[in-house]
Amino acid sequence: MPEGLHESDVKNPVLRWVDQRLPVISMVQREYGTFPTPRNFNYFWNFGALAMISLAIMIATGVVLSMQYAANTGLAFDSVERIMRDVNYGWLLRYIHANGASMFFIVVYIHIWRNLFYGSYKTPRELLFMIGVVIFILMMATAFMGYVLPWGQMSFWGATVITNLFSAIPVVGNSIVTWLWGGFSVDNPTLNRFFSLHFLLPFVITGVVFLHITALHITGSNNPLGIEPKGPQDTIPFHPYYTSKDSIGIVVYLLVFALLVFFAPNMLGHPDNYIPANPLVTPAHIVPEWYFLPFYAILRAVPNKLGGVAMMGGALVVLFFLPWLDSSPVRSMRFRPIGKIAFLLFTANFFVLMWAGGKPAEQPYILIAQIATTYYFAYFLVILPLLAKFERPLTLPESISRAVLKHRGGGPLPAGATAKPMEKA
Amino acid sequence: MRPLLTSVKAATVAAALLLAPAVASAQEHEVIHLPDTKFSFEGPFGTFDRASAQRGFQVYKEVCSNCHSMRQLSYRHLAGIGLSAAQIAAIASQFQVQDGPNDNGEMFERPARASDRFRRPFANDAAARAANNGALPPDLSVMVKAREGGADYIHALLTGYEDPPPGVTVAEGMNYNKYFPGHQIAMAAPLNTEGQVEYVDGTKGTIDQMATDVVTFLSWAAEPELEQRRAMGVRMVIFLTILGGLAYAVKRKIWADLH
Repeated sequence: MPEGLHESDVKNPVLRWVDQRLPVISMVQREYGTFPTPRNFNYFWNFGALAMISLAIMIATGVVLSMQYAANTGLAFDSVERIMRDVNYGWLLRYIHANGASMFFIVVYIHIWRNLFYGSYKTPRELLFMIGVVIFILMMATAFMGYVLPWGQMSFWGATVITNLFSAIPVVGNSIVTWLWGGFSVDNPTLNRFFSLHFLLPFVITGVVFLHITALHITGSNNPLGIEPKGPQDTIPFHPYYTSKDSIGIVVYLLVFALLVFFAPNMLGHPDNYIPANPLVTPAHIVPEWYFLPFYAILRAVPNKLGGVAMMGGALVVLFFLPWLDSSPVRSMRFRPIGKIAFLLFTANFFVLMWAGGKPAEQPYILIAQIATTYYFAYFLVILPLLAKFERPLTLPESISRAVLKHRGGGPLPAGATAKPMEKA
Repeated sequence: MRPLLTSVKAATVAAALLLAPAVASAQEHEVIHLPDTKFSFEGPFGTFDRASAQRGFQVYKEVCSNCHSMRQLSYRHLAGIGLSAAQIAAIASQFQVQDGPNDNGEMFERPARASDRFRRPFANDAAARAANNGALPPDLSVMVKAREGGADYIHALLTGYEDPPPGVTVAEGMNYNKYFPGHQIAMAAPLNTEGQVEYVDGTKGTIDQMATDVVTFLSWAAEPELEQRRAMGVRMVIFLTILGGLAYAVKRKIWADLH
């Protein structure tokens, strides 16, 4: 073998030639084939893979849609209708893309929920978690700008309301808003740059997703018990075990996706967005897409504009500090009796915020949003730091394999049973 | 996982119960209940009743199109409600559209062709307002998707004209409609006399019949892909259910030696 080549154990001579010079096959084998993974994942661990698939679907449909879409205030609405009527399967592409955004957020919210419940953000996975929050924020920016593109009433007024938030910044706020708009109101320059950024950001997300996965493959995955694998008896190779388990999740995901796209494609949208944008007519209620509602509720819960914007931003920024706010050494809420209740309340509270965000800005919704906002921040800033000091966690199991076998009701582990799955890989 | 899910559910229900009185007191805005009209295209397997949609097109052509445009549609699209190429050509040729410029640089009128968009009743929005007491008749291409309540709402609106209840004064040039938000609508009852549209297929043109037909037509216009979409959806769901069963079986087999 000539010097300077990668040691490859690929058998096929052509693939081997490639792998010696560009070891992508070795890498995939290492990171997705034999990659040692805790043996006790539940189905919540499907959602990382599902998020990847959502991103791929959005980019694939989005690129094709952009070939037919016209980013111009005079043409945008009609070009979308042309896609729906005259482009072959244009309706399918557009409904997949529009509902795909909702599916992406459902998946990512569950992915984040799983992270918070099982304490995956704790050391050594702090940076992995923070990169995930960056992805979430980039997704929100991308989704917001995508919703503007059809240039319906909600597109226009949503863009007006959200970009106006920057005017709350003291002194330079108004200049920033003018700069964002490229003019003195949401207009053609705004639509053009939103289209440009909406096309760009998914690829930025893809890059950050690779960082996310790289960081994940340094620390390895957390698991429902929140204890680290102590040896090969605690792990199984990613393939075929989790590829097969993920494929069940993927089919269920596609089934839900199909029901939305084929039978209720406009259920999660707003009828007003089928009215062409009109700067002279303000809709009765300007409501953002459902996935923004909890943060919209926090924004409106504060009577002061700057305060509201700061709180809304803070609701996301606080996540970056979570690994240090929660200093309890126990990761999984399964072993934290009070933490578990506090977190399930936090979950219910998040739905209350989502509900309140979709209601008009009047009493009693504002009061409810204020109470829910208080709990949202109290959970991170008060409850978790205090629990770390005072909560008495349950006894953690000795090891993953011990807990799994007890859980399954089996006896002691037969000698060969753990080695066998490894042979398969 | 089950106890966890149960407690999430319990917490959500508890939150909902706590909030219920608050919600009730917040209903200051009038809630208008729409009557549920039976349409051929309802439900996951519904399809457009072609005859009804064709009658609905007749209603649109003879009544609505005097004020309302449908600029997203071309005459050729009418194949979707079962009209033949000859019928479409005949319908299109009834309308004069502007074309040009010709070799002399002049615009000219010619009969419409199947590929032309539906002719618009007014040259522009200002002309439409000028002819309608300042109100702009909205485009109807995606109207059914653009209103809360969809087809039921449009049907209710078309049949919801009545005399204002005592104590309610209707502004000059406005009309009372019990389903329109705010109840005062600039459009006068468009379907007001039985037999207003003389159906070519002999169906009796009651107001309810005309409303149902035109809403069927408008629903098709808003979602011409609906039938193809649902048919594809049924196939997708069957396919994914089988695939899901296979994926589950494969997973069981692979994991069998683990536990």
